Amino acid sequence: MKNTRPSISFTPAPLAFKDQELAAAQDMVRACMQCGTCTASCPNAFAMDLAPRQMWRMLLFGLTQEVLESRTFWLCSACYSCTLRCPRGLPLTAAMATLKRLAAAEGDSANRKKALFYQEFMHNVEQNGRIQEMGFMCHYFLAMHDPLLPLEYTPLGLKLLAKGKLRLGGRGQRGRLGPLFAKVRSMEGAS
Amino acid sequence: MKYAYYPGCSLEASAEEYDVSTREALKRLGVELSEIPDWTCCGASAAEPVSSLLTLALPARNLALAEREAPGLDMLVPCSACYLNHLRVGRECASDRALPGRINEALGAEGLRYGGRVRVRHLLDVLAGDIGPEAVAARVNRRLEGLSVAPYYGCQALRPYALFDDPEHPRSMEPLIAALGAAVFDWDMGGRCCGASLMATRRDVALVSVAAILDAAAGADAIVTVCPMCQMNLEAYQSQAHHADTISVLYLPQLLGLAFGLSDQQMLLGKNLAVTDALKAKLRACEAASA
Repeated sequence: MKNTRPSISFTPAPLAFKDQELAAAQDMVRACMQCGTCTASCPNAFAMDLAPRQMWRMLLFGLTQEVLESRTFWLCSACYSCTLRCPRGLPLTAAMATLKRLAAAEGDSANRKKALFYQEFMHNVEQNGRIQEMGFMCHYFLAMHDPLLPLEYTPLGLKLLAKGKLRLGGRGQRGRLGPLFAKVRSMEGAS
Repeated sequence: MKYAYYPGCSLEASAEEYDVSTREALKRLGVELSEIPDWTCCGASAAEPVSSLLTLALPARNLALAEREAPGLDMLVPCSACYLNHLRVGRECASDRALPGRINEALGAEGLRYGGRVRVRHLLDVLAGDIGPEAVAARVNRRLEGLSVAPYYGCQALRPYALFDDPEHPRSMEPLIAALGAAVFDWDMGGRCCGASLMATRRDVALVSVAAILDAAAGADAIVTVCPMCQMNLEAYQSQAHHADTISVLYLPQLLGLAFGLSDQQMLLGKNLAVTDALKAKLRACEAASA
């Protein structure tokens, strides 16, 4: 199948962006007092290589490469338990998302691949205005270049198909978000 | 009572039954919904890992449309991720004075303007707070006696902004379930994360959460949800989470509609991925008892 659509266009590249994102993530956790409430509250901590508490300290020590090589921030499911409970009131869920952005921009190919899910999603939103769930998953499979991945989704796909849930949503908003995406891209590239 | 309605993308496709049951149940409760014209995706949980400005500009676009097209109305949102995305725009603007200018510079590409005048409300907040259990009970003509229902709140309706419920020990669904004649299943997993989009990126990790939630619901007749992502994670992966018995998973407004006397078909129960025969038999018994 020939893939004619443009390559992912929302991978932010400018160096200034990376410096800015790194500084933003560090600022978010600057007041961390290493109590570990975040780690204890995280439902996914069991699968992380760095405990969140440990990762914040490494980030502040400038161990950026080590942090970006970890899988910890990719395992944040945005449940906001740590943000809610942090006795310092730090926006830890937002810090996790900032690391995802930083890793996508600066990281190695493994990190870029992990970011593809989100980037493909946003690409679909940019094109269609409203996410087209099925189209998005198809493009995600293609972008991942993993022939086994679609098989993982076959049982779910068949279930959804049988329930008449693999339908296309409204197409009326197609292209509607083009100007907004373009504007945001120019603003973030320029800053 | 009238609200500006933001259904969100899932409710147009894989969660159609949530949209239909929300509209039908609210209609029975005398609530009028005015769908925001030309609404677009709020960015779900994918915008923030891509762009911080887009994370706020996408929902701000819908808020600007609501301000212009439905002035003075609160925005009612049934999806918890959509709810939080729209809610946080105002919250973050309140703590960063440069932000409204940046958001409006972006929205200027379309000639829209965000003024921060729309109050964002979750469907559960409206049901539990504005409408209330007494008004709900008054519409019930098929009491769900003998049904044990586990309320599942998920994360983003509760956290990080604790606006209408206790974010650690949520209770807001309990009076609503009791108003339907059903029993509230006593558990402490209502606010536990379902894994959200990790189900796509790291399924092995998300399945641990799903298994813990489903196991804790053993003994309940159904789990009720207020978010299409929670619903999908809890209903679609039961066999993979090594859960022996399937447990029924319904949207809260579906349960309301059934107690209001609406049929399984009207509530699109056939679209749910986990509805057991045992639950259907109990629903038929409730029907017979109220006939």
